[in-house]
Amino acid sequence: MIKAILIFNNHGKPRMSKFYEHYTEDTEQQIIRETFHLVSKRDENVCNFLEGGLLIGGSENKLIYRHYATLYFVFCVDSSESELGILDLIQVFVETLDKCFENVCELDLIFHLDKVHNILAEMVMGGMVLETNMSEIITQVEAQGKMEKSETFVFQCPRQDR
Amino acid sequence: MALKIVKGSIDRMFDKNLQDLVRGIRNHKEDEAKYISTCIDEIKQELKQDNIAVKANAVCKLTYLQMLGYDVSWAAFNIVEVMSSSKFTFKRIGYLAASQCFHEGTDVIMLTTNQIRKDLSSPNQYDTGVALTGLSCFVTPDLARDLANDIMTLMSHTKPYIRKKAVLIMYKVFLKYPESLRPAFPRLKEKLEDPDPGVQSAAVNVICELARRNPKNYLSLAPLFFKLMTSSTNNWVLIKIIKLFGALTPLEPRLGKKLIEPLTNLIHSTSAMSLLYECVNTVIAVLISLSSGMPNHSASIQLCVQKLRILIEDSDQNLKYLGLLAMSKILKTHPKSVQSHKDLILQCLDDKDESIRLRALDLLYGMVSKKNLMEIVKKLMLHVDKAEGTTYRDELLTKIIDICSQSNYQYITNFEWYISILVELTRLEGTRHGHLIASQMLDVAIRVKAIRGFAVAQMATLLDNAHLLTGNTQRNGICEVLYAAAWICGEFSEHLEDPMQTLEAMLRPKVATLPGHIQAVYVQNAAKLFATVLQKHEGETDSQAAQETSQLLIDRLPLFVQSANLEVQERASCILQLVKYIQKLQQKNVEVAEEVTALFAGELNPVAPKAQKKVPIPEGLDLDAWINEPPSESESEDEKPKAVFAKEEPKHYRSRNTEVDEKELARRREVRKQEQANNPFYIKASPSSQKVYDAPGVEHIPVVQIDLSVPLKVPGMPMSDQYLKLEEERQQKEKAERKKKEKKKKREKRGKGRKADSGPESEEDITPAQHVDIVTEEMPENALPSDDDDKDPNDPHRALDIDLDKPLADSEKLPVRTHRPEVLKSPAEDRVSESVPPETKKKSSKEKKEKKKDKEKDRKRSKEEKKKKKKHKEVEEELLESQPEEPVQSEETKEAAAPPTSTSAEASDLDFWLSSAPVPPAAQEVTVPSSAVETSSAAVPESEPDEPKDTEPEDTKSSKHKKKKQKKEKEEKEKKKKKRHHHHHHHGEAGGEDSVQNGTVEEEEPLPPMSNYSVLAENSFIKMMREDAEQVYDIQGNHQDESKVVVSIIFENKSDSFLKSMEFNVLDSLNSKLQRPEGAGPHDGLTVPFQLPPGVSNEARFVFSVQSIVMPQKLKGTLTFIVKSDESSTHEKLDFKLHFTCTSYLITTPCYSDAYAKLLESGDLKGSSLRLEGINMPFHHLLARICFHHHFSVVERIDSCASMYSRSIQGHHVCLLVKTSDQTVSIDAKCDEPSLLGNVLDELKQTFSKC
Repeated sequence: MIKAILIFNNHGKPRMSKFYEHYTEDTEQQIIRETFHLVSKRDENVCNFLEGGLLIGGSENKLIYRHYATLYFVFCVDSSESELGILDLIQVFVETLDKCFENVCELDLIFHLDKVHNILAEMVMGGMVLETNMSEIITQVEAQGKMEKSETFVFQCPRQDR
Repeated sequence: MALKIVKGSIDRMFDKNLQDLVRGIRNHKEDEAKYISTCIDEIKQELKQDNIAVKANAVCKLTYLQMLGYDVSWAAFNIVEVMSSSKFTFKRIGYLAASQCFHEGTDVIMLTTNQIRKDLSSPNQYDTGVALTGLSCFVTPDLARDLANDIMTLMSHTKPYIRKKAVLIMYKVFLKYPESLRPAFPRLKEKLEDPDPGVQSAAVNVICELARRNPKNYLSLAPLFFKLMTSSTNNWVLIKIIKLFGALTPLEPRLGKKLIEPLTNLIHSTSAMSLLYECVNTVIAVLISLSSGMPNHSASIQLCVQKLRILIEDSDQNLKYLGLLAMSKILKTHPKSVQSHKDLILQCLDDKDESIRLRALDLLYGMVSKKNLMEIVKKLMLHVDKAEGTTYRDELLTKIIDICSQSNYQYITNFEWYISILVELTRLEGTRHGHLIASQMLDVAIRVKAIRGFAVAQMATLLDNAHLLTGNTQRNGICEVLYAAAWICGEFSEHLEDPMQTLEAMLRPKVATLPGHIQAVYVQNAAKLFATVLQKHEGETDSQAAQETSQLLIDRLPLFVQSANLEVQERASCILQLVKYIQKLQQKNVEVAEEVTALFAGELNPVAPKAQKKVPIPEGLDLDAWINEPPSESESEDEKPKAVFAKEEPKHYRSRNTEVDEKELARRREVRKQEQANNPFYIKASPSSQKVYDAPGVEHIPVVQIDLSVPLKVPGMPMSDQYLKLEEERQQKEKAERKKKEKKKKREKRGKGRKADSGPESEEDITPAQHVDIVTEEMPENALPSDDDDKDPNDPHRALDIDLDKPLADSEKLPVRTHRPEVLKSPAEDRVSESVPPETKKKSSKEKKEKKKDKEKDRKRSKEEKKKKKKHKEVEEELLESQPEEPVQSEETKEAAAPPTSTSAEASDLDFWLSSAPVPPAAQEVTVPSSAVETSSAAVPESEPDEPKDTEPEDTKSSKHKKKKQKKEKEEKEKKKKKRHHHHHHHGEAGGEDSVQNGTVEEEEPLPPMSNYSVLAENSFIKMMREDAEQVYDIQGNHQDESKVVVSIIFENKSDSFLKSMEFNVLDSLNSKLQRPEGAGPHDGLTVPFQLPPGVSNEARFVFSVQSIVMPQKLKGTLTFIVKSDESSTHEKLDFKLHFTCTSYLITTPCYSDAYAKLLESGDLKGSSLRLEGINMPFHHLLARICFHHHFSVVERIDSCASMYSRSIQGHHVCLLVKTSDQTVSIDAKCDEPSLLGNVLDELKQTFSKC
């Protein structure tokens, strides 16, 4: 099971957080801070696994993370997940974001949090891996995007003027 | 209306959308909180508007704010509003927000049930998808209960996109609503073989997750997963399955054996590191579970270790880390294999990555030997110096101590070295593990006598430099070592070179800043030192030094008398008074040293940590009995209730107690007093493992009987001491022996740390004085290891510990969409559903029986059998889809008349599946042991009493095979009805087996073989044998009154001629008709579909339709055939009578006892009874006979009374109550059809009159 998926930047600012167990907003922030603290002090060329996120689940859980430019992608998982498998999954996630946003950067995530969530929802559901095939994920995301566009309304009109 | 929308849209123009919000926040870095609070106010305004687009926009922004840590639960209702929008865009926003902030405590969740249900059944797959995704995050027990059925339906949705989501979410539903697991499980299992890989993967995912928590319930799925493992190419699925197997193997070592080969193949073939790693991991788990160390598995271990080495050597830190992690698992069971890679692991200790260093440290534990211990520890000590973080340093420290102290200091050859290491470790700043070092010091000093001199010297230095340890911070954990140092110096003060100096060091004012418990030890041991000093000066004429010492104590002790710590205070004042008294005596020139020393005389010996526990409770001692009467509630009424209720029972206990132990206790008390005179000091809460001292408080517990097997009793010592003495003696001997051998070695090793002559010769290879149980934790003898102990009672998975192999009961249905759940069901429905489960259950047990029988047969045969079984399983699987063309020659496959697979059948299959020797993966399929067919027919030759002698076993055997073939054909014909057919077909034939099961729950006597074949007719050419009718009944309802009966007839050619053109014909009666092919006239015969060469028999089946079953029927029939010999052919015929007994219309139908009771209570049944005299067969034989010949099943059996049940093909219930006493059997029967009952009873009577 995946317990949580966190994306934060090099300064610890959350860019997306998805918890598959309920925590209060305060605890969530604390977890993000703690995780950032653990992850950020690690060198670039050390392994991507960390034991014992203290707040989420305790010692049974592992933090598996990848660092891309300005962003950390952190998956908190329990022992039923394969460490290397999750690393691959993070890669798939990032590549999918890259495809969907066309050269994804931190700003894309900041301004399109909902879209990131929607993409993630096609990969992981309720803490379990739903789909790992990138093209399948993209197909579904795009199909839903199309549906959204077909439901034209003012909400979507361009607002660059402001 | 339109205007309103337009207006809304215009309003919207002035609202911020998500991007504006984010931009705003970024522009207000300095007053972000303030800016956000104004935004929240705006959002609140927006949420008040009617326009759903505005609301959705607001909710979208809230989702963002939620991520930043703002509580948005106040908008829960608005989120629900947005969720229920008909537009997908808004719906998705709503569900996203809900998934981020809804939880079980959110009260509006209950409003969403219907909305979610609507979305789940939406024609748009993305509506459904979004609802499922959302629900997976916030599903509550109520939602789970209400929606379980809807989701389960979605598991069979046409779109794989929905199916996979529905499958995944079921896990969440199970967690919240465990009752749904059993009803949903069959479908979930089906999804393991879904054509869509995504759905399949989801199902594997869910089952793995379930099985991880309660593996034993999923063992029966192992064959299925095995199949998936050997067939799947999806690495995700493979990883999950392999991980699952890792969890299953500890429960079933045989599974492990089966896994090794395919896993090894995968290890060799896969290129995916993740898969390789998981395979290695599972192989390790398998090897651990087969801890017996099968020799042929050493190759697997080697393979694993070798692959892991590749991982560890990889430049990828991740692989290195995982390699080490897996290596440490091997270490536990196969340390040798890991030890050869010591170089690699030591190398990892230098890795820059802390995680990797920690993993390598774990491994070191198993790598040390007597030879390399010092070298390794030296390396670690270097790391300790270099280490920056305290956590890593602490880890190093504990590891050093772990490594050195493991297996009772097994690898330490030089204890002086070890003491120096410990002393060096005290220089660590800020470690939390001071107490650990302290306990090691104590342990070594106490247990290794020869080291004491050295230890004391070291400790004295430590005490002298105590300021270095306590200097920096108050919280410094390292000062714990002073506790040990003080105690060692005091206790073994005779080894001190300058006790005076140490005494002085222990009484420095700075000591008062130490923690109380340490001060207490200081004070106590100062007194010991004092005694030593006195004794030292005693001989000398100069009493000045001695008096100075007393003065020193008198000067310094008041500081401790003032201590806030009670322990310190008490000890200090005691000792102060003592010293004052001594001083007085000294001034009178009285020699006191002797007496003072006597205070501390006697040696403290280590006691095994578990010794206290092992003390047996003396006979007659009831620890739970009151020693004094418990104070009663009210004082005034004290007397009366006692007289009434308590009586003298507790008193009795007490008196008996004293009686028994009086002498013993007196003796012990004497012994103990003596001992205590020698040992007046008791150290409180020593952190060492030898903390069980003989404390005064436990005086009345007979500590003495630690081990009754100790043969020798030395008076004046507690038994534990004797125990120890024996041990020491043994070791002395050992030592003496070894000394000679190792003298050379010793010399080489020495020279480190200290001058050669300062200790006794044998010092360096002392084996520890006593064995401490480090590894095995003892438990009370009758304590059972319980699975539940380690499970958290709050763990949601606990509720999912559900036996999935048990067939579904009727009550287990997912709640459907009704406001009031329907409780009542028609009895018929009830019966149908209830009738299935026990049947399968029985089957499994029967199959076990089968297996036993198989074993009895010779080995060749059983091997053949296995092959057969495998094959026929394949056949059966194929049957589900298409009928395979079976070549007639392969007779084994004719056994395919096996029962349909069911969950419970698989459970026992598992045994079979596992028991078979490993075969190539492709052939390893789920197998169902062949049904009773074979045994029942095999029993024919020996058992059939009426059977003519000339029936050769060979004939029967071949006929058996032919028969199978026939059956098979039959099955093909009746494919549609297959399932049902299978069931009772099975029972019809296997009744004997059933009854064996039924009747012999506790009986041991074997049942006489039974057969239900009877000769119909025979002449010189042919013999017709008829098997009891088997029924196929039509419950389809359109012709409820008409039932079909299948009659199998074996035709056996007894002549030397060829028989052909057989035609079977029966004169139909009004009630019973032979089913003829369409277009045939009512008097046409049926061609028997085979010819019979000489000596061959074969079986044919004929279907009859029967109107009424309440009466037995007799049908006249003729068989015509052509006898073809070499020169001529003649036409022959044989007449026969087919007898349809009422019994033959009964189907063995299991019945639950409660359903049975209900049935009897219902009053719809009419009763009748029967008495049989002179039956002198065992009761279980009797029952077995009834079961076998009359198709009953035993509902319940109590002693010589049993209730039995059967059902006719038209649904009549027949209940029997069979009682036996003194050769008389009385049968009370009830049935809803009196004439049927009467006939059945008649037939019963007849059966028993025959024997």
